[in-house]
Amino acid sequence: MKAERIVNTSVVAALVLFPLWAWMTDAPFLITLATKAVIFALAGVGLNIALGIGGLVSLGHAAFFGLGGYAMGILASHAQAYDPIFNAPFVLEGTKSMPVIWLVAIISSGLAALAIGALSLRTSGVYFIMITLAFGQMLYYFSISWPAYGGEDGLSIYVRNSFPGMNTLDPIQYYVICVALLFAVLLFTSRLARAPFGLALGAARQSPLRVKTVGISPYKLQLVAFTISGMITGLAGALFADLNRFVSPTMFSWQLSGEIIVFILIGGTARLFGPVVGAIVFVLLEHLLGGLSEYWHIYLGLLLLLIVLFARGGLIGLLAGKERSHD
Amino acid sequence: MTDVVLSVHDICKSYGGLQASKNISLDLRMGEIHALIGPNGAGKSTLIKQIAGSETPCSGQVRLAGKDVTALDTVARARRGLGRTFQISELAMEDTVFQNVILGALGAGGSPMRFWRNVLGMDDLRGVAEAALERVGLAAKAAVRTSELSHGQRRQLEVAVALTLNPTAFVMDEPMAGLGTAGSKTLTGFLDGLRTQAPILLVEHDMDAVFALADRISVLVYGEIIASGTVNEIRSDAAVRAAYLGDEA
Repeated sequence: MKAERIVNTSVVAALVLFPLWAWMTDAPFLITLATKAVIFALAGVGLNIALGIGGLVSLGHAAFFGLGGYAMGILASHAQAYDPIFNAPFVLEGTKSMPVIWLVAIISSGLAALAIGALSLRTSGVYFIMITLAFGQMLYYFSISWPAYGGEDGLSIYVRNSFPGMNTLDPIQYYVICVALLFAVLLFTSRLARAPFGLALGAARQSPLRVKTVGISPYKLQLVAFTISGMITGLAGALFADLNRFVSPTMFSWQLSGEIIVFILIGGTARLFGPVVGAIVFVLLEHLLGGLSEYWHIYLGLLLLLIVLFARGGLIGLLAGKERSHD
Repeated sequence: MTDVVLSVHDICKSYGGLQASKNISLDLRMGEIHALIGPNGAGKSTLIKQIAGSETPCSGQVRLAGKDVTALDTVARARRGLGRTFQISELAMEDTVFQNVILGALGAGGSPMRFWRNVLGMDDLRGVAEAALERVGLAAKAAVRTSELSHGQRRQLEVAVALTLNPTAFVMDEPMAGLGTAGSKTLTGFLDGLRTQAPILLVEHDMDAVFALADRISVLVYGEIIASGTVNEIRSDAAVRAAYLGDEA
């Protein structure tokens, strides 16, 4: 417990100090890299609620990441073209305001997660994995065949969206926005894990029958967890699209769903900071090894293999020891 | 009978060609322990599952506290006051003993859809959980991870979780299974006192415990109740002796 707290504090310190150092040494590229890691971490923290606490291995979370991204892309593209999204029965304009875009991203990905979860959670195990994968791929192919928003080529946004009081085009300021959201979601997740919901969700993963026998429906718990998880991943998608000022169908791809799972596995399943550590390691490896070889995923695979074989608790488990019961 | 808390009327259950329950009727009255005995494969666990709501009978009716609950699932029956323990412990093994019991208190006393306050800091739930652990003698083990408990302690914990629900009726599937003589004796004494809180439908193979505890016994063989009565009536029943008890009873 104490060791994990030290690891978590070190990660928070790194997330604060590294971009500060990059800003002071005028290295905006490193800040952008850190922003990417933070956004991936946010997506991972979202999935970790379903996967880590709830034991729901979703291979379709890119669906929510993509929906968040397209929420940003659609709203911002209409705003930059001064073209309403639709005119009847009322006029709905696009927007360049980040808070509004986030809200739309969270609501749309949440509704999608609710619908997908309601159907998928009637299955379990490998069937659940396959159904979530199928939903993700449905959205992927839908986005490819939707010419109004770029189809296969995706959609470019010329200027990053705005946030009150901040210059979002300044890399460090955009990083501050993203890391603040990550910290807020981490705080929420840590509270949730210890709240009645987290206790019951964790018990439903371990013994659904026990939970039913005390009068609690595991299905409802898992559906709420899946929905919250999708909402957070959707928010990450909106931030990612804003970071790149570009959205494309790859945000829906099953490879991305797999990568979000990889963040969690590398850092440690059900560990609060597991996805954060995993995302940082992933982005670092991508940056360091990706320059050396386009086949850098081989090394990532090797790392994953070592973790699965020798460090089931991920890197945090390796550093902080066995997971404790929530106390 | 106005003092009937739980009743099963004309229950049938088939799996393909196998009929696991054949027109079973029995009841559980206020303040009693009703034991259900029979050889392995007699259909005891199938009957328990139908009573608890995890299996649906092909025909017949289950009533709890005067209400027809046949169409309700396990969750709804638990909410209506059916406390259940399992033949093989069903517990959250990674969690502490206290967390398992507080889960029961949560099911009984509040919504799990609360996302912010630490569940272990909720005094109302703590009170219920502490009282249940105290009652089964596991208070000293509250902080221990459940996977580290002995088999007997897990059985006690199952009973503690059921207690937090403040049930109308208990359904216990082989609570003595795997316990040594001393453990079995302790649990027998405990269940004896528990009947005043809520009646117990007890499925058990430990005949010493059954004879010590039961007010009534029903004997299930090949999915049929072949006899029902007091301990002495069952002990002296020739059909029961031939089918299950042998000459030892």
